[in-house]
Amino acid sequence: MSIQAEIHAATGGFTIQAVFDAPQGSCTAIVGPNGAGKTTLIHALAGLIPLQQGKIALAGQVVDNPAQGIWVPSDRRPIALHSQHNLLFPHLSVLDNVAFGPRCSGMATRPARQQAEGWLQKLGLADLAHLRPTQLSGGQAQRVGLARAAACQPDVLLLDESLASLDAETRTDVRHLLADIPATRVLITHDPVETRVLADQLLVMEQGQIVQAGTPEEVTADPRTPWTAGLLDINLLTGHAAGTQVALDCGLALTTATPMTGPVLVTFSPAAVTLSTAQPHTSARNTWEAEVARIQPESDRVRVLLGAPAPCHVWVTPQAASELGLSAGSKCWAALKATELTVREA
Amino acid sequence: MTDRASSKESNRRPPIAIVVMALIAVAVLALPLVGLLQRTPWSSLGTTLGETATLEALRVSVVVSLLAAAASVVLGLPLAWVLARLSFRGRALVRAVVLLPMVLPPVVGGIALFFALGRRGLVGRALHNWFGLDTLIGTTAGAVIAAAFVSMPFFVITAEAGLRQLDPRLESAAATLGARRWTVFRRVTLPLLAPSLAAGATLSWARALGEFGATITFAGNHPGRTRTLPLAIAQANEAGQPETAIAMSVLLIGVSLLVLIGLRHRWIAPRTRQPADSTKTSPS
Repeated sequence: MSIQAEIHAATGGFTIQAVFDAPQGSCTAIVGPNGAGKTTLIHALAGLIPLQQGKIALAGQVVDNPAQGIWVPSDRRPIALHSQHNLLFPHLSVLDNVAFGPRCSGMATRPARQQAEGWLQKLGLADLAHLRPTQLSGGQAQRVGLARAAACQPDVLLLDESLASLDAETRTDVRHLLADIPATRVLITHDPVETRVLADQLLVMEQGQIVQAGTPEEVTADPRTPWTAGLLDINLLTGHAAGTQVALDCGLALTTATPMTGPVLVTFSPAAVTLSTAQPHTSARNTWEAEVARIQPESDRVRVLLGAPAPCHVWVTPQAASELGLSAGSKCWAALKATELTVREA
Repeated sequence: MTDRASSKESNRRPPIAIVVMALIAVAVLALPLVGLLQRTPWSSLGTTLGETATLEALRVSVVVSLLAAAASVVLGLPLAWVLARLSFRGRALVRAVVLLPMVLPPVVGGIALFFALGRRGLVGRALHNWFGLDTLIGTTAGAVIAAAFVSMPFFVITAEAGLRQLDPRLESAAATLGARRWTVFRRVTLPLLAPSLAAGATLSWARALGEFGATITFAGNHPGRTRTLPLAIAQANEAGQPETAIAMSVLLIGVSLLVLIGLRHRWIAPRTRQPADSTKTSPS
């Protein structure tokens, strides 16, 4: 385990409690409403706030254990943090900001700058190397902050909304980069797609507590709180596009409205799918026969989880569910309009 | 409409009374200098300034003011840090005591130093008894102490303001990137503070350069050791050598003007600084 955390911490009268482990090289996504304590949790891992109780071990080293009087300050923890405020050093160029971490680890100026240049290139920032942070746009500053943290090559990389102000295209590039970083990553995010694509483990925080933990698939299939359901109310399938045809990895083929080529992520709302007992004759470009995996009544609607061939969840009204006679293991037909699909580069 | 028209009118023609009073203020501040410059014997200025006594006073002034400024920086920076970053009981009192020399008549400072550091003073006696260190009175070291006493508050107040402006999250950000405490100070705190430190050091140096009352009261007026330019000017004036006094005064005015011009953006009319992201961290 690269992270073993039993966190009881408080900032400004606000208390958080969180227990979780993360294996070496894994990616943990933390989601939750504003004020849930996500940043506080990451700050406890980073050593910016001390624990009141519990313990934190990073890469096999206990860094905080108040009961045993163990406290390792931020600079001696095997971490790097990218704050949501970026906090770039205003007196250093973009290049020297990114070279800061390598320099602190004892590297000489020249190789540290070379390494920093490499990171800037990976994030498409090579042209900005000699600018000052005040000359950057919000999205650029965020990528520089991310590069500065990644350049430390830490065992544990802590990212507080590191992709929040990036446009869709850049976000895809940065996501790829994050997926390739060997560090154990903990990231705070509000993006369900990011969660599904990057995370091995998803922690849902509300009011200072972890209210649900599991793989993104598990949490999406069975969200425990309305907020979680709201955030993850999205179906995500991966596949290969050729024009408006997408061959999904699960075997199904879909027609989309946006021509693309190469690996793609296809997302659609659970409300966009209609279910019927017989094969429908409809304008919808996509119809398939699916197996019902589970029926889950919610307050004013029913969540139907479809299994093979394309796992996804669908909302129907309680009336429709009973009229269709849906039950776990039964078969039904699903219809999905091409225009309801969002296709983006994987 | 009429309102706007009249305000435009007043923009074009500012209130007479205010302009008149501003002009009187300028006159009060500038006329003495004009009077001095008008009496300055420009032709013999070079020879007067080249006299041994003048050069000696200039040397003492430079040595004393630079050492006093250096002491202000070395001791004043930790003090500014304590005042800006630590909260403790009696901080307001400590700050008041530290800034007192700025408003105290320097001669009072000189007398106070005398009763603290003189041979029979509180600390002076201990220095004499324990270290065999004899009185600081009449020595250049004494003149440096007197100058540091009046000039250090200028450095402390400027450095403390600079430290308060600095976003402490930048320092913790450096720590989360692996920077040790000393590295954070050297590579983040110090460079961000540099403009304030430079301004504070220059101001305290300028104050030390002009120091008169505390020096003459505490350290005395000994040529080559404690007789700085201001002391030499007063001496020459009283000894009926106004030419020498004027020449040395012009020298001091020139140096002071250069410092003020150099500092005009930092302290006199600071340019608005672009803050780094000033949004507060909140748990989210």
